[in-house]
Amino acid sequence: MKKRYLLLVLIILSLISLFIGVSDISVMDIFHLTDKQWQILVVSRIPRLISIIVSGASLSIAGLIMQSLSRNKFVSPTTAGTMDFARLGILVAMIVFAGAGSLSKMFVAFVFALAGTFLFMKILERIKFKDAIFIPLVGLMLGNIVSSIATFFAYQNDLIQNISSWLIGDFSIILKGNYELIFISVPLLFIAYLYANKFTIAGMGEDFSKGLGLNYRQVVNLGLIIVALITSSVVLTVGVIPFLGLIIPNVVSIYRGDHLKNSLAPTAILGAIFVLFCDILGRVIIYPYEIPINLTVGVIGSAIFIYLLLRRQAQ
Amino acid sequence: MNYKTKTWLLAALSVIFICLFLFTDITGNWEYILERRTYKVAAIILTGVSIALATVVFQTITQNRILTPSILGLDSLYMLINTFIIFVFGSTTLTSTDKNIQFIVIVAIMILFSGLLYKLLFKRNEQNIYFLLLIGFIIGTFFDSFSSFMQVLIDPNEFQIVQDRMFASFNNINTDVLLLATVLIILTLLLFLRFFKYLDVLALGRDHAINLGVDFDYVVKRLLVIVAILISISTALVGPITFLGLLVSNLAYEFLKTYRHFYLLLGASLISVVALVGGQLVVERIFTFSTTLSVIINFIGGVYFIYLLLKENRSW
Repeated sequence: MKKRYLLLVLIILSLISLFIGVSDISVMDIFHLTDKQWQILVVSRIPRLISIIVSGASLSIAGLIMQSLSRNKFVSPTTAGTMDFARLGILVAMIVFAGAGSLSKMFVAFVFALAGTFLFMKILERIKFKDAIFIPLVGLMLGNIVSSIATFFAYQNDLIQNISSWLIGDFSIILKGNYELIFISVPLLFIAYLYANKFTIAGMGEDFSKGLGLNYRQVVNLGLIIVALITSSVVLTVGVIPFLGLIIPNVVSIYRGDHLKNSLAPTAILGAIFVLFCDILGRVIIYPYEIPINLTVGVIGSAIFIYLLLRRQAQ
Repeated sequence: MNYKTKTWLLAALSVIFICLFLFTDITGNWEYILERRTYKVAAIILTGVSIALATVVFQTITQNRILTPSILGLDSLYMLINTFIIFVFGSTTLTSTDKNIQFIVIVAIMILFSGLLYKLLFKRNEQNIYFLLLIGFIIGTFFDSFSSFMQVLIDPNEFQIVQDRMFASFNNINTDVLLLATVLIILTLLLFLRFFKYLDVLALGRDHAINLGVDFDYVVKRLLVIVAILISISTALVGPITFLGLLVSNLAYEFLKTYRHFYLLLGASLISVVALVGGQLVVERIFTFSTTLSVIINFIGGVYFIYLLLKENRSW
């Protein structure tokens, strides 16, 4: 799979994404759009496309960074509890600072996600039994526990259906004016690209990278901050998208190897393609209704995850 | 104080708590109140004991103190079944059909599911039990995706009923179902008695156990089935309490400091009863039902789990 083929697929899918939906806009109309069609494109379709591409690409990169830093193929924002921490953060922001705007919610979510990711890395150091399968298990349990803590607070405030409805990943709620927060991820992707070599070295272990003159702590912290920022911005604007950061980097590394600089771009593009594909699927299956992205990615993603596990086990 | 005295102490404590629960604060028709409370206590003992036993056995098999059979995906399956019924048939079906049949159907589906899961993985000659757990967990997430999708579409009034099912509750125990569950659990425990004697040896690890003449794979498979049955029955009876087992088994290890499974199983069961009856007392009489016991237990269990993971001088 060459990068340009991936890009071609991405462009085709993007066009499809722009032109399907309940309001009829066909590709032929593109040069003589009515006002109403134009408005639909600008207010709904284009923001949706952008948020799909950005969240798909950035969550995949977040997963790739985590896997590289923790040297475990099965670590990702879903399997390390980062998503659940971000959710807990948003809930806390809702309860404690009732009138908070999205920026301050984002900040609280970020602080929680960051703290959670550090906690997970701390736990990783403690685990003597470094079985590749045991680690995601601990991470998933940590995530479950964090969400049971979130449930505790949500139950007290009668917010259960609330958090389960709008923190479930769904692109149909994306409209112009409520998704712009997701652009925080874009500069982060460039930073990730600049630091790619350093992340690769840091992934080789603390002693080794210090021997090569790398400021290990600083690089790891930067990586985790990027992961936490990406995760919290996506969870706040789109909602939880499970397994994305896990499967995409794994699929890419099967044919691209583990050098971050080589795999960053394909990972980002493939992530965007996968989310776009799932989104289109969710819009078509029960047309004119929609299946939220959380479900389509959750179903396809968990199937791929199980496949990856079986594949690894067979080797 | 050795572990035998401590076990006696726990037994005394649970008796005191049960008596407090049964006999204090009676106003009005004491015969009726006492009857209702006895059912409640019976349900608590039943679920508490089966969850505690299942968790300790499971942790001995996996040789790991931070795992719990509740993450095999059974909780998520229970929620999926309930959400599905309410989503498709509406909540009236749930209230109008026979409770016994409902209970049996749910238990049967859950046991069938875990049987399939085991079958799938043991056929591949899978030695790594973490693998089984992880697959179970992922399938659980898969179920969760479906349930939350349906929950979002459900009318808020109906959702209230789903929400009631989301959290374990001892308040509206159906007496017929309770009898049925008791019979099923006792049968399972009789089966368990046959394998009980192997537990102390299994705790030594696979290699030692085989060396000492235990047919390791055979015993472990049987025990895993028993664990699945116990968890299924208790979940179908009261609802999911994911982290209760984790909490009580670890408290039992910490408190009793023994490796003998007779005392560990007994201790964990007693702690479970103390926690649930005590918790129910607090919820009913102090918070007067503003919160649910299982939510509190999951909260405490969760915080305790994080503490366990981070505790100094220990690695897992």
